Amino acid sequence: MIEIRFHGRGGQGAVVASEILATAFFREGKFVQAFPTFGVERRGAPVAAFVRTSSVPIRLRCQIEEPDHVVVLDPTLVSAIQVTSGLKPGGWIIINSEHDPTDFTQFLDGGWQVACVDASGIAVKQELGTRTNPIVNTSVLGAFARATGLLQLESVLEAVRKGVPVRAEANVRAARAAFEAVRYSTLEEVQS
Amino acid sequence: MIVTTEETREVITGNHAVSHGARLARAQVISAYPITPQTQVVELLSSFCEDGSLDAKFIQVESEHSAMAALVGASSVGARCFTATSAHGLALMHEMLHWAAGARLPIVMANINRAMGAPWSVWTDQNDSLSQRDTGWMQIYCESNQEVLDTVIQAYKTAERVALPAMLVLDAFVLSHTAEPVEIPSQEAVDDFLPPYEPDLRLSTEDPHSFSGLATPDTYMEFRYGIQKSMERALEEFQRVDDEFYEAFGRRYGLIEQYRTDGAELLLVTSSTITSTARVVIDELRDSGRHVGLLKIRLFRPFPGELLRSLVANAKKLAVIDRNIGFGVGGIFAQEIRAALYNHIQIPVFGFVAGLGGRDVRPSLIREVIEYAETHEEPEDLIWKGVKL
Repeated sequence: MIEIRFHGRGGQGAVVASEILATAFFREGKFVQAFPTFGVERRGAPVAAFVRTSSVPIRLRCQIEEPDHVVVLDPTLVSAIQVTSGLKPGGWIIINSEHDPTDFTQFLDGGWQVACVDASGIAVKQELGTRTNPIVNTSVLGAFARATGLLQLESVLEAVRKGVPVRAEANVRAARAAFEAVRYSTLEEVQS
Repeated sequence: MIVTTEETREVITGNHAVSHGARLARAQVISAYPITPQTQVVELLSSFCEDGSLDAKFIQVESEHSAMAALVGASSVGARCFTATSAHGLALMHEMLHWAAGARLPIVMANINRAMGAPWSVWTDQNDSLSQRDTGWMQIYCESNQEVLDTVIQAYKTAERVALPAMLVLDAFVLSHTAEPVEIPSQEAVDDFLPPYEPDLRLSTEDPHSFSGLATPDTYMEFRYGIQKSMERALEEFQRVDDEFYEAFGRRYGLIEQYRTDGAELLLVTSSTITSTARVVIDELRDSGRHVGLLKIRLFRPFPGELLRSLVANAKKLAVIDRNIGFGVGGIFAQEIRAALYNHIQIPVFGFVAGLGGRDVRPSLIREVIEYAETHEEPEDLIWKGVKL
């Protein structure tokens, strides 16, 4: 079983991203579960959403405390909250950031792998959201597929087409662009 | 976008599984008031009504009391009726719940279990639905989103056969807001399984009758006797409907499910989603040679006491996990189980209370419950798990 945690801010689409990623794994024949932080959310406040995926039926219905991978939708969250809380050693941290993965030395030194993609820039180019409030949740999924290699880009794109309420093709282009543009530092690279 | 009428497999939340169940059952009148965490149920149903996927009258009312009152009227004329609510909404309906059952109306409702205030909570526990225990509604507790969708359809068939209302119950967030794969049956298959509602009597100007008028001491008691007799019949009907459902759709749930109980000396008893996590623990322990099994109580009203007795007859102990508390006594499922056993067989029943107000129930807690019951000889009525003291 693989467990993934999304960090975003209320209104950024972390919950939709988790459901789209679950649907993408489901399209590849996996069992899945996607859920938000249980409770009430406020626009702009830090929120989290979660995905479980497995090749066998998923029975666990408790919270995810020790995710295998983490996706960060808002770059300001990296310093605002502990995005690595409980993250398993060697796990991926996919960050929406203009920076280079090697800039996140605190994560690389911690034994995690880092991938960066300027999802905000990609979203603005595709006119998803506004310049000050871009909708980045579909772009980061393209980056996730490339960096982790856990699923095919095509599965993500199909799930995006089905899962976004409006402007499906612009979201598909954004996910594809992020897949192409993502920069990442694997553990092997860091260690060498 | 009108939804497909073909069978599909989709990743959907428990809330939307409820909505699809009501759509496939061809509910004709839906009356509802939104409340977290139920809101998405009626949101999707209202969009089904708006886009033509469902030919139903959607009535947005000013309170849950009115929601149920509207359905009492609609059901009396013979319409198939649906609503959904949670916690304080259900509490506000209380008077009308008695009325729906007393008037013998087979209304189906989904209640998303949410803890009662004060203090405010939106998270899951079972005190809202269990507080409605004696209203005359059937109650079915669900473990997965698939079971939720299937139970809406099963509930209509059973309710209409015994002329009593039915409440299906699912955990806030753990099911309501969790998306997972669900097989959504075709409309044709559900139509074959669930015939249109045809009551023996209905409110009609063509054939006038008087309904629910004053019942003097000379007649009232017989109405209560009738409800009890129908509840007893509902046990058999619910089992029959589950069997018919299996033939039609290949899925069944039972009234009480046994999970890996062969030769079990200790039986863990759960309901709702705690069951799902408990399966993982039971698998681990069975595979390491421990004599422990699991019973999932799905049907709470009518309570399948006789079935329970037959399933526990060979066990040495029971450990019940309650996500609820009957203040002044203890866990409510544990009480019901002891009451069902007392006159018939003597088995120690350990009563655990856990997970109130949505507190996470993890495998480690379930392991502790089993460990405690295995290593203690004298049963205890109330053992708190996971409470910070």
